Amino acid sequence: MATEPKVRLRGLYKIFGARHKEVLHHVKEGMGKEDLLEHHKHVLGLQDINVDMQAGEITVVMGLSGSGKSTLIRHLNRLIEPTAGEILVDGIDVMALSEPDLREVRQTKMSMVFQKFALLPHRTVVQNAAMSLKTRGFSEAEQQSEAMKWLARVGLQGYENRYPAQLSGGMQQRVGIARALTANTDIMLMDEAFSALDPLIRTDMQNLLLELQDELQKTIIFITHDLDEALKLADHLVILKDGAVIQQGEPQGILMNPCDPYIEDFVSDINRARVLRVKSVMEPLSGSKFAGDVDVGDNLESLIARSEGDTSLHYRVMSGGTAVGELHMRDLVKALVPRLSSSEDVSPPKS
Amino acid sequence: MAFYDSVFKALGLSDWCGAEASSAPMSMADLLAQSSGEATKEEFFPFPSLDNLNESCSGIIQSRDVTKGIEEGFLAAKPTLKAILDPITQPLSWLLDGALWTFAATPWFIMVPILVAIAWFASRSVGVTIFVAFSIFLLGLVDHYDVAMQTLSIIFVCTGISVMLGVPIGIAMSKSDRLQRSLVPVLDLLQTLPTFVYLIPLIFLFSVTESKLYGIAIILYAIVPVVRLTDLGIRLVDQDVIEAADAFGMTSRQKLLGVQLPLALPNIMAGINQTIMMSLAMVVIASLVSAPGLGVNVLRGIRNLELGVGIVAGIGIVLLAVILDRVSKAALSRVDMTRVKH
Repeated sequence: MATEPKVRLRGLYKIFGARHKEVLHHVKEGMGKEDLLEHHKHVLGLQDINVDMQAGEITVVMGLSGSGKSTLIRHLNRLIEPTAGEILVDGIDVMALSEPDLREVRQTKMSMVFQKFALLPHRTVVQNAAMSLKTRGFSEAEQQSEAMKWLARVGLQGYENRYPAQLSGGMQQRVGIARALTANTDIMLMDEAFSALDPLIRTDMQNLLLELQDELQKTIIFITHDLDEALKLADHLVILKDGAVIQQGEPQGILMNPCDPYIEDFVSDINRARVLRVKSVMEPLSGSKFAGDVDVGDNLESLIARSEGDTSLHYRVMSGGTAVGELHMRDLVKALVPRLSSSEDVSPPKS
Repeated sequence: MAFYDSVFKALGLSDWCGAEASSAPMSMADLLAQSSGEATKEEFFPFPSLDNLNESCSGIIQSRDVTKGIEEGFLAAKPTLKAILDPITQPLSWLLDGALWTFAATPWFIMVPILVAIAWFASRSVGVTIFVAFSIFLLGLVDHYDVAMQTLSIIFVCTGISVMLGVPIGIAMSKSDRLQRSLVPVLDLLQTLPTFVYLIPLIFLFSVTESKLYGIAIILYAIVPVVRLTDLGIRLVDQDVIEAADAFGMTSRQKLLGVQLPLALPNIMAGINQTIMMSLAMVVIASLVSAPGLGVNVLRGIRNLELGVGIVAGIGIVLLAVILDRVSKAALSRVDMTRVKH
């Protein structure tokens, strides 16, 4: 991962309020959200955000409501102006762009999918999907063929001439995704794109997104408040709390080594067997007697099923045909218990 | 000896007031009292109105001076106002005269099918179209076809101009909070000012023989709802959709034409419906200043106490109102249909 990140955020601050520039130094000197609100009547949106988003990866920003995640994603295309900091996309400083250049970036570099779909109710499905191309002045025929192609790809052929209100929520969001794909941008911003959908549809949509990502290798920035969703999709996970990044990195790493009681609390609720993968628990190859071969990408749940609960077994871990390590079922079972920072402070007080 | 004499004396203003308060013109009440031989009744504690104060102190103006001052001020400004407004509003006269002439010159057997066709294309409703045809037939039957057409032509012109001016004003208002704040009181004033009051300054400014006189009065009165509802409609457009338009890099022009106006259309149409209704209301009053049409007959009914004439014309106006309302409402609901489930 030595390549230049696709999107870089450097020291990003956002304070909501009329005198946001003036109170910025208080925040830089360490004033918290509550104090700022109490003494200066300004709301702290984001503080000192430094995130690199790699090309071709899904970066998931996770946090509870009010943590500033939706604010963060709107900074990337400057729907919200930061108080301070740099936003670099492909090495270009988005903050320095003039109005027409910014429009150009929004049209050609990033597309967005919204929580509430935000489709145009007076346009048909195909017209909605073609929205970006129409904005850019493509011919009617090009708009049609591109939009049709992506609508078919997200499984909406036959619905082209319906209106959004005639579709279910899941289908409307498929239109939203087709609209973003039709724009043919490298970067896709997804703001709680699946949060408004019911659980089964949501799983469908997550699978659709992963499938598309396998094929298209876009740079996706995905916002969610759902840890299971975050772990399922993320190549790079960023956890936000009160407008600050408290941990970021590879999701398996965060799960195995949470660095903050807040995150421990968070990760303690999830089904670790389903989320953790062999590569997070394996050890270097040393033994020789194995009960069988497993893949680095297998999740622990499948292994427990395979070993029928026998903790004395050892497996050889394979990656693309070569052995890369070994896995002891005993370690696997231990990994299922969430690690806590100290034995005395078992449950950190919830703030 | 008036009540407030002592007050002025106490304040030491007697010199400024003038020695005796006798120079003031006599009020009607005084004159009546004098001629009937009774002394003016002295109230124990009169309200400190201008007239009452004037009795004690002639330095203070009388109330009639206020109205006189307004009148003189208006007359002083009149030449300038007229020089500016006359050329600007002249096209309105031409439009109104042209529309009146066209409606009158087109034979009924051409005009009626055209109107019925307009009703059909606007509403796409068989019931409404039949109702329109029937109503026009009824009006023609009692020989009110010509006057009804005059009223209709005035409404067409005035509504058209109201929409052409009102929609852009509404758009501008929705874009600027400051403009909205400053225009809302003006709109309130236009809507609450008694309709007759519009006519007074207009009569001073323009000749009563000019059609633009009533044209302006009708437009000033009827433009309010379309301005208000355009502003409201655009402000009510779903913010998520606006955000999506921004995120996909639409220019503000694309956003306005492609997103905001189409989504505000139901509200704008409701505003146009109200504008039509209000111009119909005003066209009757405007007959006082020589607007032709059904209103003239109503006025005749009042002036000559011709009950039947007044009532027939009144019912004619109701019929026109119902026609215009139903057609524009049907058009409105047709616009609304595209955004609900079928």
